[in-house]
Amino acid sequence: MSLWEIVRHRLVLGVGTLLFVSVLVFVGTEILPGDVAHAILGQNATPELLDQVRERLGLNEPLHVRYFVWLTNFVSGDFGASLANGADIGTEVGRRASNTLLLALSTAVIAVPLAIALGLAAAVKPGGLVDRAITSTSLMLISFPDFLVAVVLVTIFAIKLRWLPAIASIRPSYDVFDWIRVLILPVTALTFTILAHMVRMTRSAVLNVLSSPAIEMAILKGVPRRRLLLRHALPNALGPIVNVVALNLAYLISGVVVIETLFNFPGLGRYMVEAVTNRDVPIVQTCAMIFCSFYVLLNMTADILSIMANPRVRYKK
Amino acid sequence: MSEPLLKVRNLDVSVYDKKGKPFKIVDGISFDVQPGEVIALIGESGSGKTTISLGCMGYTRPGCHITNGTVDLGGTQVLDQSLPKLQELRGKDITYVAQSAAASFNGAMTIDAQVTEIPVITGAMSREDALAKAARLYNDLELPDPDNIGKRYPHQVSGGQLQRLMAAMAMISGPRLLILDEPTTALDVTTQIEVLASFKKLIKDNDTAAIYVTHDLSLVAQVADHILVLKDGQMVEYGTTDQIISDPQHDYTKALMAAAHLMPDEIHAPPITTTEETPLLQVKNVTAGYGAKQEIIALRDIDLTIHAGETVGVIGESGSGKTTLGRLISGLMGAKNGSVHLNGQQLAQSVGQRSRDELRQIQFAFQMADVALNPRQKLNKILSRPMMFYRGLSQSEATKEVARLLERVDLPTEFAWRFPPELSGGQRQRVNLARALAAEPKLIICDEITSALDTIVAQQILDLLEDLQDELGLSYMFITHDIATVSKISEQIAVMRHGRIVAQGSVDQVLTPPCHDYTQLLLNSVPEMRTDWLDEAVVERRKLVAALDGN
Repeated sequence: MSLWEIVRHRLVLGVGTLLFVSVLVFVGTEILPGDVAHAILGQNATPELLDQVRERLGLNEPLHVRYFVWLTNFVSGDFGASLANGADIGTEVGRRASNTLLLALSTAVIAVPLAIALGLAAAVKPGGLVDRAITSTSLMLISFPDFLVAVVLVTIFAIKLRWLPAIASIRPSYDVFDWIRVLILPVTALTFTILAHMVRMTRSAVLNVLSSPAIEMAILKGVPRRRLLLRHALPNALGPIVNVVALNLAYLISGVVVIETLFNFPGLGRYMVEAVTNRDVPIVQTCAMIFCSFYVLLNMTADILSIMANPRVRYKK
Repeated sequence: MSEPLLKVRNLDVSVYDKKGKPFKIVDGISFDVQPGEVIALIGESGSGKTTISLGCMGYTRPGCHITNGTVDLGGTQVLDQSLPKLQELRGKDITYVAQSAAASFNGAMTIDAQVTEIPVITGAMSREDALAKAARLYNDLELPDPDNIGKRYPHQVSGGQLQRLMAAMAMISGPRLLILDEPTTALDVTTQIEVLASFKKLIKDNDTAAIYVTHDLSLVAQVADHILVLKDGQMVEYGTTDQIISDPQHDYTKALMAAAHLMPDEIHAPPITTTEETPLLQVKNVTAGYGAKQEIIALRDIDLTIHAGETVGVIGESGSGKTTLGRLISGLMGAKNGSVHLNGQQLAQSVGQRSRDELRQIQFAFQMADVALNPRQKLNKILSRPMMFYRGLSQSEATKEVARLLERVDLPTEFAWRFPPELSGGQRQRVNLARALAAEPKLIICDEITSALDTIVAQQILDLLEDLQDELGLSYMFITHDIATVSKISEQIAVMRHGRIVAQGSVDQVLTPPCHDYTQLLLNSVPEMRTDWLDEAVVERRKLVAALDGN
């Protein structure tokens, strides 16, 4: 298969996955007790009113018809209006998503290079002091849930030392420095949670490559240690590393619910949590679909990148 | 005599067991290498030959430690150098050619980048000079398109070419000592002699000293000045090449000579059996391939007949389709056209559609016994499962049978309670055969079962196969690339090339000249135990290849 065919194949698979997920999301929110009409009318629900609202919203149509209407609207960018306050979901999602993206990107920019560097450092001498320090610390960090890390950070830096704000709410008047001050704690907490996976995967992927005959050959032909790691081992270990990085980046977009809620950060995660509390079904559906799209997109990119990192695929015989 | 280039004295290399007790895998080895001289280290796996050659570079594999001795390279004590100093020495003065170039090249870098890497990063040559020198070496090694081959990635060239490219990588810095570790073992027989010839020329033209590590005495006779025979980490014999091959002193050297892959002096003519009875197995006009619609054809118009009690050798190089044919007969893949018949009955294409009794009659023995046997199951379990599955025995009956079966393949009965990793390679191959026998088959498809074994052990397995055939009346389909082995044990032979059978018949018909050009090429590639064989063989090979390509 040529590279283009592989990419096309992955794209088709990605779209297929998204369609499947959209069915799950739609059906999942449908089978929740009480429908949208109930949610809108709340205390005022009488059978007659319910019928009227259902008629108006098209809720009496069969399930598959409503699914296709919903999907068509979603794909064309019409996410509908909030049930709680009638506000356009699209506008709000745009604002929230850019906040979440900023948080995710800041974390990624710090965490990914740091993880690869630490993983490499650990792989240089397996079983050595540096390796043991890095692996045991990362194991410890994996074991701590992210909210605990966040609470500990807040206790130390916001409450005891009073260096940083405990809450990361955003005001329009903020300049760059305010943004940085606000983001430090959530970014640190997130970095701790995603760092460990990437460090450990980098370490084991590099170690795996280091035990290959190609590396023994490189040692025997006199390649210096540093170059051995960076030019010979790392490029061959990229496949698994790219994949775990993508998984963690996807987590940064969709899994930040806890951190966003804890720091009261106005991102997509908190938007969804609020919508769940209000039974604001269209928002929940939209957020779920956006999270899934990021997952699929990032994993697909990782797949394609790790395939491209392999010269066997890039250059045919 | 001038001062030797390399002096190795009392070299010990040890591994530590779980209790921290050292165990010597190389024991008190001393030898000299004169400038421009080729010395061969020869021995079977586990004899320490690779460990010694790596020790000369101050390198040990993980878990091994140099515990005693000195290595003196032109006045430099190699073993006393710090790691950075060693890395300088390794790139420049001593270089290494590994057994499997396919595994030893870095798949993520171009060939040129790897060949010129050391002189360029150490500043010994400019990039342009290094590339120019690399192209000259490619040309000397008779690689195709020497100006451009280096721009490719390792997977884009053949195994034989890679092995030569690795030699170019080793020669680019103009080393004083070249170490070649089984450099032709991973290659097809017909490629091997070309590569060997280019190595020989390279060493001679550059007047480089070399250590040539191998298990194959007949190959070494072509390149080495001196031979050092090793067994279990100790030196058993040392002498000039002529002396060792014409008058070996030690019993072990004699055993190595006897088991070498040589063509027998006379090809035995099997008795002509004009049986009218139905053959055990018939493959009729089969075409098969890989891919969704079998569009990548691996077998074309194959006709093959195996009679009861007969051994049919199927010979060819990698990619000739011989293993595919074995897989097809055993039902692991289906055919696009044609059919397979057992005792005159047509067999279903896939394993799933064949009856249990049909499956029982055809068993498969794989090349790599260490991979084919589950390392977490005791032999009793491995061997009793086919008995219970095919023959309906109970576990206790099967356990009794396992003891008999182990005796039959000359293994102690208490091995039933051992795990495969506790066995040696030869013992594991016996278990692999025993597992096939456990089903009481009529036909065993042996896929390169002796290729991964040392010559002496391989000979023992062949003897066992013949004994079993005499006792049980088995038929074998013996798949191999080694024409010498196949000529010793088969009655019928089929020569495969590019998915077709190019020659077929009784052994003496197929192998006695005049034979098919390709058969002749294979015959011509089997080394002979005389020092002037290689040069003649290379000339002959080129004629045959030209004739084959012309067709």
